[in-house]
Amino acid sequence: MRSIRAAATGAVILSLALAASACGGGSSTGGGSNDSPKELTYWASNQGASIEIDKKVLQPELDKFEKETGIKVKLEVVPWSDLLNRILTATTSGQGPDVLNIGNTWSASLQATGALLPWDAKNFDKIGGKDRFVDSALGSTGVEGQDPAAVPLYSMAYALYYNKQMFADAGIDGPPATWDELIAAGKKLSKDGKWGIGAEGSNPSENIHHAFVFAKQHGADFFTADGKADFTGDGAVTAVKQYVDLMAKDKIIAPGNAEYAQNQSVSDFAKGRTGMLLWQSASANLKSQGMSEDAYGIAPVPVQSGTPGPGRQVNSMVAGINLAVFKNTDNLDGATEFVKFMTSDAEQKVLNTAYGSIPPVKAAQEDAAFNSPANAVLKDTLAKSAVALPQVSNESQFETAVGTAIKELFADAAGGREVTTDSVKAALTKAQQQMPKK
Amino acid sequence: MSLPRSPMAPPRSFLWSRRVFLTLLTGFVLVPVYVMISSSLKPLADVTGTFRWLPTELTIRPYIDIWSTVPLGRYFVNSLIVAGAATVCSVVIAVFSAYAVSRYDFRGKRVFTVTVLSTQMFPGILFLLPLFLIYVNIGNATGIALFGSRGGLILTYLTFSLPFSIWMLIGYFDSVPRDLDEAAMVDGCGPLGALFRVVVPAAVPGIVAVAVYAFMTAWGEVLFASVMTNDTTRTLAVGLQGYSTLNDVYWNQIMAASLVVSVPVVAGFLLLQRYLVAGLTAGAVK
Amino acid sequence: MRKSSPGAARGPRRRPGRIRRIGLPYLLLLPALLLELLVHLVPMVIGIVMSFKELTQFYIRDWGTAPWAGFDNYSVSVDFDAPVGKALLDSFLVTIAFTLLSVGLCWLIGTAAAVFMQDTFRGRGLLRALFLVPYALPVYAAVITWVFMFQHDNGLVNHVLHDQLGITDKPSFWLIGDNSFIALLTVSVWKGWPFAFLIVMAGLQNIPRELYEAASLDGAGMLQQVRRITLPSLRPVNQVLVLVLFLWTFNDFNTPYVMFGKTAPEAADLISVHIYQASFVTWDFGTGSAMSVLLLLFLLAVTGVYLALTSRGRRTAS
Repeated sequence: MRSIRAAATGAVILSLALAASACGGGSSTGGGSNDSPKELTYWASNQGASIEIDKKVLQPELDKFEKETGIKVKLEVVPWSDLLNRILTATTSGQGPDVLNIGNTWSASLQATGALLPWDAKNFDKIGGKDRFVDSALGSTGVEGQDPAAVPLYSMAYALYYNKQMFADAGIDGPPATWDELIAAGKKLSKDGKWGIGAEGSNPSENIHHAFVFAKQHGADFFTADGKADFTGDGAVTAVKQYVDLMAKDKIIAPGNAEYAQNQSVSDFAKGRTGMLLWQSASANLKSQGMSEDAYGIAPVPVQSGTPGPGRQVNSMVAGINLAVFKNTDNLDGATEFVKFMTSDAEQKVLNTAYGSIPPVKAAQEDAAFNSPANAVLKDTLAKSAVALPQVSNESQFETAVGTAIKELFADAAGGREVTTDSVKAALTKAQQQMPKK
Repeated sequence: MSLPRSPMAPPRSFLWSRRVFLTLLTGFVLVPVYVMISSSLKPLADVTGTFRWLPTELTIRPYIDIWSTVPLGRYFVNSLIVAGAATVCSVVIAVFSAYAVSRYDFRGKRVFTVTVLSTQMFPGILFLLPLFLIYVNIGNATGIALFGSRGGLILTYLTFSLPFSIWMLIGYFDSVPRDLDEAAMVDGCGPLGALFRVVVPAAVPGIVAVAVYAFMTAWGEVLFASVMTNDTTRTLAVGLQGYSTLNDVYWNQIMAASLVVSVPVVAGFLLLQRYLVAGLTAGAVK
Repeated sequence: MRKSSPGAARGPRRRPGRIRRIGLPYLLLLPALLLELLVHLVPMVIGIVMSFKELTQFYIRDWGTAPWAGFDNYSVSVDFDAPVGKALLDSFLVTIAFTLLSVGLCWLIGTAAAVFMQDTFRGRGLLRALFLVPYALPVYAAVITWVFMFQHDNGLVNHVLHDQLGITDKPSFWLIGDNSFIALLTVSVWKGWPFAFLIVMAGLQNIPRELYEAASLDGAGMLQQVRRITLPSLRPVNQVLVLVLFLWTFNDFNTPYVMFGKTAPEAADLISVHIYQASFVTWDFGTGSAMSVLLLLFLLAVTGVYLALTSRGRRTAS
């Protein structure tokens, strides 16, 4: 009897102790320090064709950094499927890397956690100043009016890739500049088992990127100026419908694309099954799939009418990767030094060339390597007609809610169910109601 | 090994229904396996094209490429270590617990069995984050690195399989006649001696079944592994996802890698099979 | 529950020393107890605490200081008129239907296969090995293969059903829309039944064969033997097997996650992924935990009722 009670008491004490220690969270070292100045942990995102290729690209650069500064960087390339989870658990527990890559659309959401080092003027000075970076890239580093949560590392933009041979065969003169032209071209291409254009219907993020651009072109936004969700305005509904209609009404997207979520539309394009593709910096990807650079042309993403530009003429989101420093790093100076290194003109050139992206650093962008016709389109888009996704702390929820709603709409379209203004509005209303109430 | 269950031959209807049922079942089991094998031998362009039962072009390229696309060897070793260690620990601990419950009357027995069973109901998602926090804090307090290490994963997985293992083994131990261990104790064995010399050998099929289960639980787990491992400790369950990259899904390599890592496991199963049947002799003592 | 065994405490009484006699069972249980505490019970307590906190992205960094939310997280979860609650309810119903079907089929196929394979016949060893293959494949490998087969454009399933047999007039979608439920169920059964097979097979070994001999001397046919001897003898094994299959299937995360990713189609929106999405994708760990706790309460209730029913059944049977 006594022994049970003793055992029970012991168990309770033990669990309380563990629970209490866990409650402490990882907040004990809130400020960051310089306790281990000779080592850094770096989480890179998967940018190349595989994780192993990323390591081959990055390791020589990290060795260079070690030679220059004596700081050893432990690299881990984290797959996209795990990256956000890893960051969240790191945030919760305080046990994370010193420096990490984040998708630039996550900036505002992660900024809200307070886990990332804010890049105020003083910190920016340490890496050569804020004005080294392109404006559009800086627009996707956190909520406006707050110090950026991260620094731009790689920039990308959407462009229209088209198959030159298929266009010639179908008697289409050149790349479409407006959506009407795109639909007309798509209808000419969609025959004999081939289709006009591809889409990633089951990938919420891709859906969001396109719906966002359509919304901008209709003068709408998914958030009000003070950051409240506003998914059901006429502009937003028209935008989402216009995108889904490419499959539902215009029938220039194969129904099978509704279940695509793993970039199958890129390989469809590379294999000549679709004549057009809307993608961000697809060149490296297409090359690895055996499509030669002469086989396709690259043009700006269409607009409703006229030519791409600011305001309603927006034709891409600002895509890219940012580099962030974990606030409670134990090598703050080293981490800043590393960010400086990675955003230096020389490294920017090396890395962005390897990954087929555009440097967000002005000086590096001038390099001849980024003046190919393909890169010229992307550079131009980034400079003139790309806009960052909403920089609100709920961005992540927005992507999930609206992205999933569009996924279901694509499923409806593919299954032969009608997609009407009402059904789009209903789906978006439901998405909006799932957003946090704050 | 045959089981002369009935002195008469089974009726024809039984034989026929058995034949039909087992044929259908074999088909159901085999089709995906066939798809894996045939796809693993096709070039990527053929795999992503229209499905064909017979490959038009055979290549062993995927089996070479799998090793360079992701560090498959390392993931495999990690998985073997984690699943193996979790299995051994889980089975040993479960044997002790089940023996206590099966052979002793003590206070709190019912509470123990019910509590242990109830842990099977915990949705993993509920304690993923808390567990991570606990591991981090243990790490900070004692320097024992449980997060990101194989040790933490072993500890986690072994408790995943523990409840079911204990419950199953209680059942198996109960079916071992008590007279046997009492006889052993009369011969001078202690309670543990009786456990290892009499009860455990008699319950081998149960223990093997439980071990197989513990192994597979650890072998396939995705959620905890995705958060609790890093590049050097990543297990196969998450590592295989590396074949679906930003560019393309390397279906043929996924299939090839899956087959390569499954062969040792299936072979292990085959070796263990005989112990599953060996229980016949143990049962015959009754 | 297990019936308490007569004379259970008789064995060790020979050993002298009171502490030893009383302490041994506890000592034997200690490792299991400690581990369960560390990995399950304490985290669960923390999880319950979390469910009463407002644990959004603004507070996860230092959730000790996150504001208390009272029952807010719970009321959001069970407000079935609002989208969050309704989505949870839908997901719950889908999960129930899925679990019942999957467990039923796994058990049925597993038991049938085990019974059919009780006698030796040519190729039995090979078949038995083959049947364990789905269980031996890593979950990811197995599920991704099925995903491959279920593809709309190039999948084997549509190739057979549409191109070769002509059953459907156009290729069906299996990974999105309503059919995704069938696809998920197929995968779950394919992966799950060998476990039932394995356990039942092991259970069959313990049935004394004299029982069958006696029955067949009495003129009982095959079916009768199964009904009168096999199934009753398997009862203790089945009691645990069905329960754990139910719990695992209900809480299964790996299969739907690998199959559909972070956002499952509504028809196959299993509760584990749903809660994962609520916690990790929308970064609201408080509500996610509250949903988990509700789920836990439900499973506790089901298990309690199940054990009460099956144990009573067992007592009257014996």
